[in-house]
Amino acid sequence: MLEKISILGGNDKAGAAEPIKWLDVRTGEVLAVVGPTGSGKTQLISDIEQYASGDTPTGRSILVNEQPADKYAESRKIKHLVAEVSQNMNFVIDMSIEEFLLMHARIRSIDNPGKLVEEVLEVSNKLAGEPLSNTDNLTALSGGQSRALMVADVALISNAPIVLIDEIENAGIDRLKALEFLTGNGKVVLVVTHDPTLMLLASNRVVMKNGGMNKYLPTSGSEREILVQLTNIEKEVSLLRNRLRDGETI
Amino acid sequence: MLRFVIVTGTPSSGKTSVMLHTIRQLLRKNVVVAACKIDCLETSDDERYRRLGIPVAVGLSDYICPDHFYVANLEEIEHWARDEEKAEIVVIETAGLCHRCAPAVNGCLSVCVVDNLSGIDTPKKVGPMLSTADIVVITKGDIVSQAEREVFRHKVETLNPRARLIPINGLTGQGSLRLYQEIIRYPAMETISEKELRYPMPAAICSYCAGETIIGKNYQMGNVKKVDFGRKY
Repeated sequence: MLEKISILGGNDKAGAAEPIKWLDVRTGEVLAVVGPTGSGKTQLISDIEQYASGDTPTGRSILVNEQPADKYAESRKIKHLVAEVSQNMNFVIDMSIEEFLLMHARIRSIDNPGKLVEEVLEVSNKLAGEPLSNTDNLTALSGGQSRALMVADVALISNAPIVLIDEIENAGIDRLKALEFLTGNGKVVLVVTHDPTLMLLASNRVVMKNGGMNKYLPTSGSEREILVQLTNIEKEVSLLRNRLRDGETI
Repeated sequence: MLRFVIVTGTPSSGKTSVMLHTIRQLLRKNVVVAACKIDCLETSDDERYRRLGIPVAVGLSDYICPDHFYVANLEEIEHWARDEEKAEIVVIETAGLCHRCAPAVNGCLSVCVVDNLSGIDTPKKVGPMLSTADIVVITKGDIVSQAEREVFRHKVETLNPRARLIPINGLTGQGSLRLYQEIIRYPAMETISEKELRYPMPAAICSYCAGETIIGKNYQMGNVKKVDFGRKY
């Protein structure tokens, strides 16, 4: 069972040691990766994906359950340590949702794939604004529907223990539910984001600066109160959007 | 002593981009690398390699099958890279056209590049080019879903269970570190002479090989094969 991943600090772009030397992310926890463009967010993710062991430009090492990531993945026959969902990703296979999910489930040697496919669809429908049906073609899904299905598939079918959510701010899915759902299924979740709501939805955040992990901050009590306000504003915006879309004047 | 890295793959899969990122990692470690691009009538890939400041050769096969042309020139490429350019590694990028040929040679690290966008039946269509490779690089993973990446990977593994699979993003170079490590680990060899192709090249020598352009039985000679319309595929 995955308990935690650890990021061992290396150096920033200037070659100086990173202020954060050791960072743990535990199962059920969401870590937000924040910082301006060019601050090193993508490189951090890349280090995790490539099972860095002091050999990437940052000199970081990645441990899973305190074991080098490659050894962990190899011993458990995990082919993808990191599953990624971003708003640039699309389904490109010309197939119905059901056919494709069954294919994915069979490849993962899952018992009773039919039942699982139902579950994936049920979860997708909780996350997406517009309902999905088994017979819908993958390539015909809207952006929001695609992202919802991707999250549900990653949570239930993929065996990647670490999930990376990359800037899905505008993806039209219930982000809070998506994060709860992923962490509830035993995943470690990292969210790269510029969106304050997502940053505060995370349990902790790492602030990147000049290529290095500069600060590690838990989401404080007062920040949680701000999160409630932000969520309310978002609800209001979404109501306004719907009314305008439905032809009302406001 | 020279290490051969033979790069093949479907058109537009990102062969050159993948190799540019990987060669940059080699250059950072002061490894001397030369690159040779084989193509048919025209190529601009050599310009991209040249920008790395490494020695580059271009072989245009012109009226000859580019894969036959490539095999017939391996000793010359070796001489150029090893003796003239004093390279430790030569990267040969093939034309990547027909899916019948597999340019892999025993003792050379054979890399096949395919992309997630090409569809899940592509690995099967690519055939020996993929099934005889030591390494299969899978690109364009950043724009398709995780589920499709996993399904695509499975299809590749089914066709070539022996190969190491490396996902690489051709735009950012993410993943190229692992290809670099595979190249560094691969043994150099004395000479490519007398080494063997892992899969034979297709037979040719018909009248069209010799320049015939008119359609029709009367113009066909030599090694001519006809479609069997009764056969169920």
